[in-house]
Amino acid sequence: MRKVSFPYMGTSYIPFKKLLTSFGNEVVIPPKPTEETISFGTKFAPEFACYPFKIVLGTFVQVLEAGADTLVSSGGVGPCRAGLYTTLQEKILKDLGYEFEMITLEPPGRHFRDLLYNIKKLINAPLTWRDYINITKFVWKQLVLLDKVERLSHKVRPVEVKKGEATKVYKKCVDMIASAEKYGDLREIERECELLYDNIEKRDYEPIKIGIVGEIYVLLEPSSNLEIEEMLGDLGVYVERSMFLSDYTISNAVMDLFHMAGERDVKKTAAPYFKEMCGGHGRESVGNAILFAKRGFDGVIQLSPFTCIPEIVAKSILPTVCRDHKIGFLTISLDEQTGKEGLRTRIEAFVDLLRAKRRRTKSFAVKPQVAKEMA
Amino acid sequence: MKIGIPRALAYYAYYPFFTTFFEKLGLEVVVSDETTKEIMDLGIEDTITDACVPLKLFHGHVRNLMNRVDYVFVPRLVSVNHEATFCPKFLGLPDMVICSIPKLKNMLEVRIDLKKSRFELFKLCMKLARRFKKGFFKAYNAYLKACLSLKNYAHQFLQGGIPPLGIVGQKKNKAITLAVVGYPYILYDPYLSLDLIKKLIDMGVYVVTPEMIAKEDKQKQVGKIRKNLFWTFSNEVIRTAYSLFEKGSVDGIIHVTAFGCGPDFIVDKLMEIDAKKYNMPFLTVTIDEHTGQEGLNTRLEAFVDMLKIKKAKKEAALA
Repeated sequence: MRKVSFPYMGTSYIPFKKLLTSFGNEVVIPPKPTEETISFGTKFAPEFACYPFKIVLGTFVQVLEAGADTLVSSGGVGPCRAGLYTTLQEKILKDLGYEFEMITLEPPGRHFRDLLYNIKKLINAPLTWRDYINITKFVWKQLVLLDKVERLSHKVRPVEVKKGEATKVYKKCVDMIASAEKYGDLREIERECELLYDNIEKRDYEPIKIGIVGEIYVLLEPSSNLEIEEMLGDLGVYVERSMFLSDYTISNAVMDLFHMAGERDVKKTAAPYFKEMCGGHGRESVGNAILFAKRGFDGVIQLSPFTCIPEIVAKSILPTVCRDHKIGFLTISLDEQTGKEGLRTRIEAFVDLLRAKRRRTKSFAVKPQVAKEMA
Repeated sequence: MKIGIPRALAYYAYYPFFTTFFEKLGLEVVVSDETTKEIMDLGIEDTITDACVPLKLFHGHVRNLMNRVDYVFVPRLVSVNHEATFCPKFLGLPDMVICSIPKLKNMLEVRIDLKKSRFELFKLCMKLARRFKKGFFKAYNAYLKACLSLKNYAHQFLQGGIPPLGIVGQKKNKAITLAVVGYPYILYDPYLSLDLIKKLIDMGVYVVTPEMIAKEDKQKQVGKIRKNLFWTFSNEVIRTAYSLFEKGSVDGIIHVTAFGCGPDFIVDKLMEIDAKKYNMPFLTVTIDEHTGQEGLNTRLEAFVDMLKIKKAKKEAALA
């Protein structure tokens, strides 16, 4: 039996584990990235590797030590470096003397046959069509539900009366979703989660709204962005992230299969500033920042791993975009050296500035009727 | 009408084409001054901190040009062949330049995407000529001359010369042969690379750069990596390195890279791992805007001396 493992990213390990076990594999669950993981990563990775590369490499070392013999990871068609992660990781790990098989899942648009061949390697149990449908349905629902409870936690955290309650509820919800067995259970859990969030005592005021854009891994994996969402929520800020795994899967795996570009509106919005696809999530960062501005957000925070090329392009453009749309902008480069307290100081200052700006614009704001009379 | 061409990034790989084309079209071509500290400082002023040095330098060269020409030529290099594209910084270059230098009003943005067919380049040239209101025959002539001049440029490299540095040919009977691999915009900018190539030649080294390896030799290495790299220049570099590993025709390889260069973390590590396998001496030199002359000199001297000793020992053992 294959002992399969995969990179750790947010809560995605729950549906992946379910998927791989029901395909008849033994799964080595990757541990949540810690200091140790990152130290493994920085030890073996090249100096200028992006932060996600280092974390994933560290995770791979840990799971290989734990006995995994097959690693599953994603590919890509570039020009972002993430598409070549597995090529290099395989080389580095084999050079270190580990024996394993690397399975790279390429996007279906250009490598459909390759993808099918690789997926076939992972199916080691006799399954009927009905089984496939049930598994897909269950896993998809789990993925969507995990994103939903996370969204709810972002919404509730800034307005909760007792600090830390939303985080507690969120963790409880994730545990419940992880322990679900049948599709029917998930529906019940969904209702229960909503109820749990409803029961949290809330204050009634309008929090500062900040949108988060940037590279997918540092957005989705809290340990790589120093739990910035929680930090912001505790400061009383409503946070909205531009990317969730379920949306990403639809726009990049499913749409790609039919050779359609996902997230078309975002790309269209970014077009005046960013005319060319440049890989990664550079253009999406710019597009989402504009969308946040149009929806009346107070600020945008860009998260990027140090030396991430598409985000550097976006970073050069975003200040102009945010000036044009009159929205606050803060960029944060993340790598293994980033300290939590330094980040907290910057974020507190940013939020204070946004608060001051809102107070000022509110007191000077001309009421609609007055504006009409003046015109 | 004056067209300004910044002496950075794609310039070093394709300048004979651009300059000849615009000249034959009847426009005046102004190339920005050779890189100096002032140009570097101008570039650093405008760019974000974690951009790589060549990119900062490009901004500097644009600033150097913008007030004395009618148009500043900023290419958006998307692809020159069907297998690979360019680093995202090339893809987003005009967008970045226009946002970072708000005073720049006369940018001539040209999107170069040649992967679709053989005639894309011709079509692009015709489009450019129409923009400057030049006739078809004049444009066609300019296009042919430009192609010829690029071919000539490539040929000069194959003869052992390095035209952008003014090196016509190198003596064959040097003590050791070293491959200096890296991107043309780092290697052939004497200020940026701290004159690394000339220093090596003065030390008695026969220098081989990626452009000096025949295309066929590079093409043979295509299947060697499990997956093609996405970037044209990186493919050149890694294929050069692999073909040299196999032939063993050089005594060592020096990889010159810019601090924080995105593609190079993959290129460098792949080469480093395989150099070990082929027992090939390998040195990585990382360059940024603060790199000091002396530190580099010491490293180069040590590397070259070691190789010379190694070679002498080997020859003694054979004799």
